[in-house]
Amino acid sequence: MKFSLSWLKDHLETTASVDDIARALNAIGLEVEGIENPAEKLAGFRVARVLTAARHPDADKLQVLTVDTGEGAPLQVVCGAPNARAGLVGVLGLPGAVVPANGMVLKVAAVRGVESNGMMCSTRELELGEDHDGIIELPEDVPVGTPFAQYHGADPVFDVAITPNRPDCMGVYGIARDLAAAGLGTLKPIAANPVAGAFPCPIEIRIDDREGCPAFFGRVVRGVRNGASPQWLQDRLKSAGQRPISALVDLTNYLMLAYGRPAHAYDLARLTGALVARRARDGESVVALNGKEYALDAEMTVIADDTGVHDIAGIMGGEHSGCSDQTTDVLLEIAYFDPTRIAATGRKLNLTSDARGRFERGVDPQFFDTGLDVLTGLIVAHCGGQASEVIRAGAPPVAPKVVAYDPALAGSLGGVAIAPDEQRRTLASLGFAVADDWAVTVPGWRPDIDGAPDIVEEVIRIHGLDNIASVPLPRADGVARPTATAAQKLERRLRRAAAARGSHEAVTWSFLPEAEAEVFAGGNGGLWVLANPISEDMKAMRPSLLPGLLLAARRNLSRGAGGLRLFEIGRRYLRGDAGASDERQTLAVVLAGEKAPRGWATGKGVPFDAYDAKAEALALLAEAGAPVDSLQVMGEAGPQFHPGQSATLRLGPKTVLARFGMLHPSVLKRFDIDAPVAVAELFLDAIPARKGAAGFARPHYAPPALQAVTRDFAFLVPTALPAGDLVRVVKGADKANIVAARLFDDFRGAGVPDGHKSLAIEVTLQPGDKSYGEADLKAIAEKVTAAAAKLGATLRG
Amino acid sequence: MSIEQLKADLLESIAGASDAAAIEQIRVAALGKQGSVSALLKTLGAMSADERQSEGPRIHALREAVTAALAARKDAIEGAALEARLAAETIDLSLPAPDRLRGSVHPISQVMDELAEIFADMGFAVAAGPEIEDDWHNFTALNMPESHPARAMHDTFYFPDTNADGREMLLRTHTSPVQIRAMLDVVKQNPGGAPLRIIAPGRVYRSDSDATHTPMFHQIEGLVIDKGIHLGHLKWTLETFLKAFFEREDIVLRLRPSYFPFTEPSVEVDVGYSLVGGKRVVGGSEGWMEVLGSGMVNRKVIAAGGLDPDEWQGFAFGTGVDRLAMLKYGMDDLRAFFDGDVRWLSHYGFAPLDVPTLSGGVGTPV
Repeated sequence: MKFSLSWLKDHLETTASVDDIARALNAIGLEVEGIENPAEKLAGFRVARVLTAARHPDADKLQVLTVDTGEGAPLQVVCGAPNARAGLVGVLGLPGAVVPANGMVLKVAAVRGVESNGMMCSTRELELGEDHDGIIELPEDVPVGTPFAQYHGADPVFDVAITPNRPDCMGVYGIARDLAAAGLGTLKPIAANPVAGAFPCPIEIRIDDREGCPAFFGRVVRGVRNGASPQWLQDRLKSAGQRPISALVDLTNYLMLAYGRPAHAYDLARLTGALVARRARDGESVVALNGKEYALDAEMTVIADDTGVHDIAGIMGGEHSGCSDQTTDVLLEIAYFDPTRIAATGRKLNLTSDARGRFERGVDPQFFDTGLDVLTGLIVAHCGGQASEVIRAGAPPVAPKVVAYDPALAGSLGGVAIAPDEQRRTLASLGFAVADDWAVTVPGWRPDIDGAPDIVEEVIRIHGLDNIASVPLPRADGVARPTATAAQKLERRLRRAAAARGSHEAVTWSFLPEAEAEVFAGGNGGLWVLANPISEDMKAMRPSLLPGLLLAARRNLSRGAGGLRLFEIGRRYLRGDAGASDERQTLAVVLAGEKAPRGWATGKGVPFDAYDAKAEALALLAEAGAPVDSLQVMGEAGPQFHPGQSATLRLGPKTVLARFGMLHPSVLKRFDIDAPVAVAELFLDAIPARKGAAGFARPHYAPPALQAVTRDFAFLVPTALPAGDLVRVVKGADKANIVAARLFDDFRGAGVPDGHKSLAIEVTLQPGDKSYGEADLKAIAEKVTAAAAKLGATLRG
Repeated sequence: MSIEQLKADLLESIAGASDAAAIEQIRVAALGKQGSVSALLKTLGAMSADERQSEGPRIHALREAVTAALAARKDAIEGAALEARLAAETIDLSLPAPDRLRGSVHPISQVMDELAEIFADMGFAVAAGPEIEDDWHNFTALNMPESHPARAMHDTFYFPDTNADGREMLLRTHTSPVQIRAMLDVVKQNPGGAPLRIIAPGRVYRSDSDATHTPMFHQIEGLVIDKGIHLGHLKWTLETFLKAFFEREDIVLRLRPSYFPFTEPSVEVDVGYSLVGGKRVVGGSEGWMEVLGSGMVNRKVIAAGGLDPDEWQGFAFGTGVDRLAMLKYGMDDLRAFFDGDVRWLSHYGFAPLDVPTLSGGVGTPV
């Protein structure tokens, strides 16, 4: 909402400065987003008279002027305006001045070889209008040398953000009322002189849709002359950022901007038969004043005559019956439209307007006759004509709201005790009527007030929120208690563990291009795809953290990164029960390119491989408290993975805690990545919670007195046997003695039969009370061999 | 040959020995079974007591001198050999060591940990809720019925889906629906509900994209429901939190009346800043910037959370985590937060051991 200081002063008797007003506006909740002071923009421009004008020696379209600036010798100025001539009084920009329209700093310069000491300006250059056909021509009697800002009456303009609960402040008058309540001056009464009807209203006005349009007041003004608005009106509208159109249109806009009351003026000659507020019929349409055609439906209220729709009620008038310079008879409309319906219609049509903004927030249902009086008075005064009697169809919902209030609430809710008398004064100055028992009657222009807390807000905002003292929250005895949940602790721990292992944490978009998301979708009932994405690249919610990280990896690789480790902890979005989402906490690691660059000691660069991914997965699962020793390495990592170089880590055959491996070449191609990529994805939701009560004491442990011994075994096994299986059975062969089994060699080739490989395992044995004898060791070795034999393994000779 | 002469000869040849083999040769020649010193020792047995009295000590002294000289020479030779070997083993330590792996924690995570630490001290637990929400939790329960103009101001991302209750599915536009979920949860666990102190950090979404807005960003919501809570408590909480977060005592807040459908009264909070080298630094009051939206929880919202608004009241606040991070740690481009550029992450990210603690100060200095 923009308005000038002089407009404010139409409604508020005040001597307050611009700064004081701005401070007060901020303090009472009308946030000042900007103050534009045209005087500042016009500094360096002054009224000047052209003394002589001669043709530029080297340019047909330029003239060389001598210009009297009111002081010193006349200046030579080169000018291209066709209307520049001796005797013209105009506006000269002096060197150093900044042209408002383009930010250019004026300086002394040669124009086609002739020195120019300034610029004669057009209205457009000074942002005072659109005219750029010639330079500004001022009346001849304006004193030369006057700063142009002073002549122009530069009027500061406030730009105030109005919160959606305050339709009353979508008019300057409402802002003046708030400022008056805050002690910034006195609110002037509304100058509404009823204009008596000289004849019966010549057109029937009827409401067929009482729900959408409870009230429609109208009257005709006959014999008006439409044309340009008077200067004061044009200035007001321009300060509000509106373009003056014609007096009839501008005056309805003025009513809206001054009093927050939208109105409409129809060209009576364009109407046929009765004007009716009704629902639109499916298939009807209207060309609105913005020149666009809108298809209407039966949920929308419209104003129509016998020939069709003339107005999308409360949102925008129709082009056909709008006022033009030829208009002589106008029908004025002041109506009340149901805010909910206005909002729904506006949303459906995707059509915003000043009127919609006010109607959907709620206009004052009591400002009907006054509004019509103000508008009629202005039209008759500026356009002439004779007003008809008023037709009042329906009745606005004027029943006043009464709120039971207790002045103690200012302290108990608002945190600042305010004397009841002051509260009464504040409420009265805002237009509330306060009864002796503190029943507060809400004025019609405050649809936002419906309970005691709203009244608290009124009294404390006028009293000043700065007066609220800080009061500590009650604090529990002693040291603060831990608050983090198990899930939060897990996430924090894993984040720092992953970073400590060398990966950078990324935060990538939750949404992906649908095609890339689709690559990682699967088994979750389909992707969540936005109906109104901001772009095609941000359309589908990620079903995995991998695609987002792959996109980030690609960006990094294309920036020249040779190798990178990225991880992210966040949600993957699946479909849950009953149409809800199922958002599962996930950790993904992407290792792309080289694990180690070429080095003086290591030779060529080493690319990441599936074992790097496995190492990340296992290390992080261990940090998460998962029983990594009992996990099984199984297949089915998913079609996104290299089928021979990927696996899942499972707890039991079903519960997949993580998947890892190299990505499938087709996925890399899809993501446009030309480097090996190893990934791991941990499904944090699947990791079992730590068991047992949260005690701090560890189970008892004393290091064994006797030293552990190791024995090596080499087995021949079929090539297809997973080494992990062999290690597991070896380790389990004699649980009383074997504490560890570690594979240290996987050999194929000379000496190993075809279809076989040799796996060597170092077994660690921990003696208990006494050292092992030869017989003990032999017995253990036999158990190991027997267990391995079950998998088809034979001891290598 | 006199003993003196023999001693002089032996010591001379020992001194001239250049390796272990030469030493051994001399030792055998002197102290071996057939050795010259051994031979002298053997003569002692044939001597008279008087002779032995005088010659014995001389011969023994000879043996000891030779033995000691041999040992000393051997040590010296071995020392020199070791020295030579070590000299040959010299390597160029200016060559690079294996790379140190350096990962980092994203500033958003770090700041969220900082916030959790601060609010835990004030008794706030961390709560969470879904990001794919229904319009009841995101709007209706927060006093934004279907036609509410504030709904339109939220630039909401919608899904074409509805849930089993026929509610429209959308991406939450703020963390405020967690207020409703937290209240409903507390009532479920304990009919009568409350008191409640939570913060709810997380991702939120608005269909908005320019230099300072991204369609996804992070908010943190705070909610206190108790008896006798008023705006003064809110002001204290925000002041205390900002002082702890920025680790400055000169934090000045300016409260401005505002409007949010889910609070009444509603308060916008500006924090004072100073200009240091042309950059805004939180603290002081040279200028004001908006950092928080807040207010007393609307009675309708308390009721939607299943609590009795005549019995319980409280406050709520919300602020942007990304913005807090930028203000504190000096990033100026929000979009970079979500790009995953390792150069940016290395520069602005945090070391894994920079765990925020109250005793160490939650922030990580440069």
